[in-house]
This record gives sequence, C-alpha cells and structure tokens, in this order.
Amino acid sequence: MIDVNRQGEVWVFAEQHGGLLEDTPIELMSKGRHLADILGVGLGAMLLGDNVKGLAKKLIQYGADKVYLAEHPLLEHYQTNSYTKIIYDLIHKYKPQIVIYGATAVGRDLGPRIASVTKAGLTADCTDLQIGDHKTTDGQMHKNLLFQIRPAFGGNIIATIINYDRWPQMATVREGVMVMATPDTARKGQVITEKVQLSPQELPIEILEEHTRAKKVDLKAARIIVAGGAGLGSKDNFRLIWDLANCLGGAPAATRAAIDLGFIDHDHQVGQTGTTVRPSLYIAVGISGAIQHQAGMSQSQKIVAINNDPQAPIFDVAHYKIVGDLNEVVPKMIKAIKEKGFKEAIGEGK
Amino acid sequence: MVLVKQVPDTKRVTGKAMNDDGTVNRAALPAIFNPEDLNALETALDIKDRFGGTVTVITMGLPAAVVTLKDALYRGADEVILVTDARCAASDTLATSYILSCAVKRIKYDIVLCGRQAIDGDTAQVGPQLAEKLGIPQITYVEKPVEIEGRTITAQRNIGNGWQKVNAQLPVLLTVTGEANVPRVAAAKKMMKYKAAMTPAGVEQKIKAENPHASADEVKEMAVQKCGEMDKKGLLIEQWNLDLLKADLTWCGRSGSPTKVHRIQSVVLASKETKSIEPTDEGLAGMIHELLEDKIIA
Repeated sequence: MIDVNRQGEVWVFAEQHGGLLEDTPIELMSKGRHLADILGVGLGAMLLGDNVKGLAKKLIQYGADKVYLAEHPLLEHYQTNSYTKIIYDLIHKYKPQIVIYGATAVGRDLGPRIASVTKAGLTADCTDLQIGDHKTTDGQMHKNLLFQIRPAFGGNIIATIINYDRWPQMATVREGVMVMATPDTARKGQVITEKVQLSPQELPIEILEEHTRAKKVDLKAARIIVAGGAGLGSKDNFRLIWDLANCLGGAPAATRAAIDLGFIDHDHQVGQTGTTVRPSLYIAVGISGAIQHQAGMSQSQKIVAINNDPQAPIFDVAHYKIVGDLNEVVPKMIKAIKEKGFKEAIGEGK
Repeated sequence: MVLVKQVPDTKRVTGKAMNDDGTVNRAALPAIFNPEDLNALETALDIKDRFGGTVTVITMGLPAAVVTLKDALYRGADEVILVTDARCAASDTLATSYILSCAVKRIKYDIVLCGRQAIDGDTAQVGPQLAEKLGIPQITYVEKPVEIEGRTITAQRNIGNGWQKVNAQLPVLLTVTGEANVPRVAAAKKMMKYKAAMTPAGVEQKIKAENPHASADEVKEMAVQKCGEMDKKGLLIEQWNLDLLKADLTWCGRSGSPTKVHRIQSVVLASKETKSIEPTDEGLAGMIHELLEDKIIA
C-alpha cells in the first residue's frame, strides 16, 4: 500500500508474449493517456520480459511518457511470483496513483496477487474508467479519483467502484472495450531500465508445455458483423448468417446460446463471456438480447435487429427494428443488398 | 481444502434485480452453490479418490450458507466449517481473502482449491489473493483433472488462447474452471446421514423455537447437551467467528476493504431512436439505402 499521492503517474501493465505486445495493453495506453491528461500527470508503461526493449518505442508511440523496463532471462515467460515481485518493487519505488492491467488470463492472475501484497484495492473486469469526485457519507470530499466502472450481478447492475484511502488505485480492464488510438511516430519518451534480481526460488511453477492458437476470426477488427442467436433453430439454418455476412463482406458471429447449441465455433462469440465488439454495423438475427449479449455489442454504431417477438429486449438497443420471421426477412435482405450492387461478393468464403 | 461460496443465482433473476433504493433485491435471486466452486469440490473429491487425503470445505457467509455446506457433505466432503460474523459484512475481495487465510491457517493442508470465480461478482480475485496471503504458489484456471506424484502436482490451465501444463510442489492453491469436470451429485445415503447436520447457533435457535417458555440459561444448557450429542454423531457443523480466528479487525469488513462503492445503477438500456422497418422488400430496400447513404455499409 502506498499513500494517496496526487503527483503519482498513471501506469499500464504492458503485457507481452514472446516479444509481441497484445492488443489489450495498446488499448489501455489510449485510455491511460486520457486519464493522465485529465490528472495532469505522466503515463508510464511497465514492460517486463527478456529482450523486450524494442517494444518500448511502440509504447511511447501509443502515448507513454516513460517506459519502466525490467529485463531478465527468468522473466521470459510470465509467472505469477516473479512478475509480482518486480511490479511490487516498481510500485513502491515510483508510487503511481493508478495502475491498470488488461483483464486477460495473465492480468487476472497477476492483478489480485499484486493487490494482496500491496494491500491496495483492485476492481476486476472494468468496462470503463473515468476520473471523478466522491463524497463520503461523513461529508469528506475526495477529488479526482479513478472511477472503476463494471457490470456486476451477472450484468444486471453497473457498479462504480473507487478507492480513496489505500493506493494505488488499480483495475483490470476488459479486452476490446477501450478504443485503440493511432500511433504517433514522432512521440518522444524515456526508457527507464530497472536492475532486476531474481532467483529460481521466485519461479515455483515449472511450465512443461504450452499450446496457443491464433483466433480463427478477429471480430474486433470487423466493420460489419452479422450475429445469430438460438432463434436460428439449427446449425443448417445458421447458414443464413453466413450468407448475409458474406454478401456484406462482414464477419459471422453468435450469442452464447447459439454457440452452446453448436451452431458455430466459440471464437465467434459476442458478449460478456465472449468478444466485445463495436463495428459500424451489427445485425442481430434471432437474438432476444440478454444483458450479457448486449454488454458485448451495444456500442456498435448502427444496430439492426430481426426478431419475431416485438417485445424482445434486443429492440431496446436497435436503431432498426424488424419484426418478422427471420427465414423470410434474411433472404429478402440479401436480395435487397444484391440489388444495391453487392453482387460481386456473393458466394465468397463459403 | 475447498473454499466455496453461496451466491445469488444471477443467471435466473426473477423479478427486479434491484430495489428502488439501489440495493440488491436478494429475494429475487435464489441462493445457490456457486457453480465453479462445485468444480473445485469435485477436483478435491477426485484427488481424494485417486491419491488419498481428506476434503475440508470452508465457506464464509451468513448463517444461511450452512445449506451450501450440507450440500458439500452430501456430495462427499469429510468436514465442513462455516465462517460467519457480522463484522465480515461489506468485505471486498481483499478483506475476504484475509479472513479466509486466517481460517485456512488453522488447518493442515496440502492443496487449497477455489472455483475460478463467483457468479455474483465475477472477479476471480479471492483465489490469487488468498494464495498470496498464505505465501503459496497459485495455479489459476485449472481445466482438467490433476495428477499428483509424491509432492509434485501437475495441472493443465487455460490461458485464454490455449493451454499450459505446469508442475508445482505442494502446498499450492488451485482455481478451477467449469470445464475441469462434471461435479458428482449428492449421494442419497449421505443425504440421509447429514440431513440433520447443524451449527451450534442453529441448534440453539431450534431449541428456542421448540421451547418458547424456557429461560435463556435453560436454552443454553439444552443446546450444550444437544450439541454434544450431535457432535458424537458427526452432525455438528463447526462455526468460526473472527475472535476464534484471531483476525485483526482492521483488515476485515469495511475497514479492511480498500474498494468502496461510489454508485450502483440498474442497467438501463440506452433508449436510442429506434426505427421500425416493415419486413417487406420495399421496407428492407429502404433501410439498405439509408445504411448506404450514411456510409455504414459501402
């Protein structure tokens, strides 16, 4: 735990694997830059690994004023205890006021361990971070706190969490919910190289094997997404989603219910337990619109919803409401698109 | 050692999740055994079946959480302990992990198991925080049954875009995901045996209800006697409070919780301007035309 300090920087944990930065820390840099500007302090990135110095430039281009670099052969692979030790030391040395981590498998393993050893607060899985003031019940005013905003109770409520007495203020942030900025290649920043001392005792876990696979689809990058729900009825009928997606040059996606029914692979899932997306166009077909699904798509620029139930909650977030039988509406829609000159895309990617 | 939690069933919200004053309407949310804690319990029972040992289940919660502990007994737990104290209220994950660490330290253990996360908070923080407080390594997101040889445990963990197989020396803390196994169901024989199991506080309450005219001392005396009988039959559930745990109260409840709630809001769906489109060729063509005009599709 460190004392409340208003000059402390905003820090982002720059998660890297095999010398490559994931998308999430880059998204966090953009948000961190925004928070640091409001507070009038610097933005720092913690970069841990073996031979990862080259990534510092990228972090600076995405907004870092300082990159705290910790390199050591024993930091090559993420391990809870070794990373916790380094970050604990960094936090106590430089006293940042805010530290944010991606809510990735690593961030969710590391963040709580650091919170426990520093005796500081941590809010999991935030979907937004803001700066704001808080008045306690006894009338004390705490200015410029980190508002840690997250869904709770299965998405039924939105909670804003703060910590005003024990710092740093820490949060893990969901993947894909912060908008990535464009890099500024002219940006200048400072790389601060830390001395690292680690012994094998700080690596109590032995990694025997590791298998990773690239996601088959990148829903986050798709401009147009056509998503199907349980309302499609069968895997055969889910073909309608592929057809509509193909003729728009979009990506097919699905709700958790449709994935549990085996209509399409898990990589295509949008929602609280899947991917968060914000495409230009989101077409929801046969999706009732559970809160857990809406959490992953309600930020889309335009939403078209097709459902035979006029009361379906999906219509609450839709810009275009089409009440009807999807088996009739989708083919008609494909026809309308074709007539508007999308013929060339038909039949691709099947 | 398995740590479990009784949670409101957030997936089956009946009625309004929130009261008008902004508090959670627990009546609308039936209490259940946190799903992934059942997977943690199953992992423990599987370890016991294949490698030996005993399974102790601890929960921290309201006295009503005894239902969850009885469920654990029905499924095969050897011992169960209820940690309950009004001073635990308003604990965040950090304070909760501190209190649980005080309880766990009272018992000899080799493996501590938790579910990956609880469905009411979905934070997945208590497991790693507890491991830190116990000073033992953690293996999070275990997604397969584990292997143990001597003092070495081998586990497969989910790392988001794949999996990792790791080794560690006991003692260790595991957090277990819903994919790890299919939890066994309650055994009828055990249900018969443990149906009457109760905590000392529960016994006292029952005696009080049955003897409305007895004095406080008489109730106490009867309760002590009854508890002794039940203990002999293995039906007395241990109940621990913060005094017994010798917990430092500054790290419990509200004072031990760095995170505070600033605001709670019911999810109000952004009511945007919604345009109804007729499901006809003309209606749909008009909508496509608008999307083209707005450069939403190109």
